[in-house]
Amino acid sequence: MIPMKIAVCIKRVPDSETRVKIASDGKSLDEAGVKFILNPYDEFAVEEALRRKEKAGSGEVVVIALGPTAAQETIRTALAMGADRGILLQSDRIPLDGLEVAQALAAELRGAGFALILFGKMAIDDYNHQVGPMVAELLDLPCVTTVAHLEIDGAKGVAEREIEGGVEVVEFPLPAVLTTDKGLNEPRYPALKGIMAAKKKPMEVKTVSLGGGGLELLALTPPPERKEGKIVGEGAAAVPELVRLLREEAKVL
Amino acid sequence: MSNVLAVLEQRDGALRKVSHEVVTGARRLADALGGSVDALVLAAGAVQGAEQVGRFGADKVITLTNVAFGLYAPEGYARAIAERVKSGTYGAVTFAASATGKDLAPRVAARLGRPLAQDVTDLGVQGGAVTVTRPVYAGKALLKLKITGTPAMISLRPSVFTPVERPKAGTQETAPVESPAGRVVVKQIKAAEAGTLDVAEAPIIVSGGRGLKEPANFKVLEELAAAFAGRAAVGASRAVVDAGWRPHAEQVGQTGKTVSPTLYVAVGISGAIQHLAGMRTSKVIVAINKDKDAPIFKVADYGIVGDLFDVVPKLTEEIKKLHG
Repeated sequence: MIPMKIAVCIKRVPDSETRVKIASDGKSLDEAGVKFILNPYDEFAVEEALRRKEKAGSGEVVVIALGPTAAQETIRTALAMGADRGILLQSDRIPLDGLEVAQALAAELRGAGFALILFGKMAIDDYNHQVGPMVAELLDLPCVTTVAHLEIDGAKGVAEREIEGGVEVVEFPLPAVLTTDKGLNEPRYPALKGIMAAKKKPMEVKTVSLGGGGLELLALTPPPERKEGKIVGEGAAAVPELVRLLREEAKVL
Repeated sequence: MSNVLAVLEQRDGALRKVSHEVVTGARRLADALGGSVDALVLAAGAVQGAEQVGRFGADKVITLTNVAFGLYAPEGYARAIAERVKSGTYGAVTFAASATGKDLAPRVAARLGRPLAQDVTDLGVQGGAVTVTRPVYAGKALLKLKITGTPAMISLRPSVFTPVERPKAGTQETAPVESPAGRVVVKQIKAAEAGTLDVAEAPIIVSGGRGLKEPANFKVLEELAAAFAGRAAVGASRAVVDAGWRPHAEQVGQTGKTVSPTLYVAVGISGAIQHLAGMRTSKVIVAINKDKDAPIFKVADYGIVGDLFDVVPKLTEEIKKLHG
């Protein structure tokens, strides 16, 4: 078997149960009391990398994060799952412009000989949904996004990705960039042994300087409040009135 | 003078409806920028429905053809679009934030060295620069951005930009393009059952949660969805997707899809914060739940407290009457 050298690009994000409070600057998240986690879609990427390496019998899984010092914890989570080493591209500011992030990652990944470069399909904080395919373009590598099923045979892969009303079956050669969707696998929980081992795994911290990008943040605001709704009634008896309201008041039927 | 390029989508040689929304968004920008709208579609041959987009404000419709463009060809499409953009004077390029658009737009943006705003729900022009609003944290907050430089690269969230009729010439132009063989090749589309709508694009979503008690009971929701005569899709909460009752494709919420249908019917869903985030931009929300204190009632426009197994079949019956 050929050793599988795989990179997984991960991100530290606020937990999905976070109640979003806007900071006083009106432009950022108030991070007080916010719990940060490994981006859930990245868990599928880490898991897939580990499985591919295990299947190959040898190789290396390198996790790379761009973020603040605290993102070392996020990298440790992936190391506890079983990744071999971590690289933090340290930047207190994560640019709004995904292309800036992609350029920093591409500079780190270029020429490093990875057979696969994996990303979660998107981060659940900025919803940018773009860094993976941008890195692929910058490195001139083939790319398949939102992969929910994957088979790799030697230097060829077949991926399935969900599209509206169906599933696309996509062939690609390795090396390649893939972004992972829920359903691809069932990510493992770090075991205690893994958590202990992760503390000793190598982590490299590199400071990166990022450009300004082409997006200017004007404001971060709460979504408009929905106006108070009403309880139409109880049980099946309330249904005719509901239908009347949907037709005559809401005008959606 | 700054024109806008609207990138349309086709499947099986027919224009996808989301394309009308992309043209509508492009028209809004073009009017504000004082330019015209070029609509671009990539296909193996003529695209049925392409001639119609003049109605929604396209001044010109360009079909770029290549034998490899029948199915989505990521690299070929990205190259052809980037070249087209470079050859014009475009102030903005609009895509659909569909499965294809969200894959394609970053590729084109990276080729052009331009930033990209994905999944935009509102747009405008301020002092000649394009501004966009996009939901972040799954809709728990809205980010307003100004895009500096041109072209502004944007993808539009489906179902948000209601197509508006703004008749323009819609002049047709078809041109074959050279395209080297792509490394990434879409071999086929395994179609879902005929008539199945995707939750991301359905105007009506009937969503179920743990209150359904077991997977087989989703039949009552499928029947309700069917009563809407092809306009409704079935959605699901994270709890039931994680339990394996429903496919991930149907999941609404922060780790599923963020949706903005005209009507969202939440059945047996208590309303966890990550679920509410994914559906709160629906135009009208109906909640059916036996727990009158369920958080879902806080965002619902109309609620019925009661046993869903009584309420939903009755609702199905009433909806059928409307469509009867």
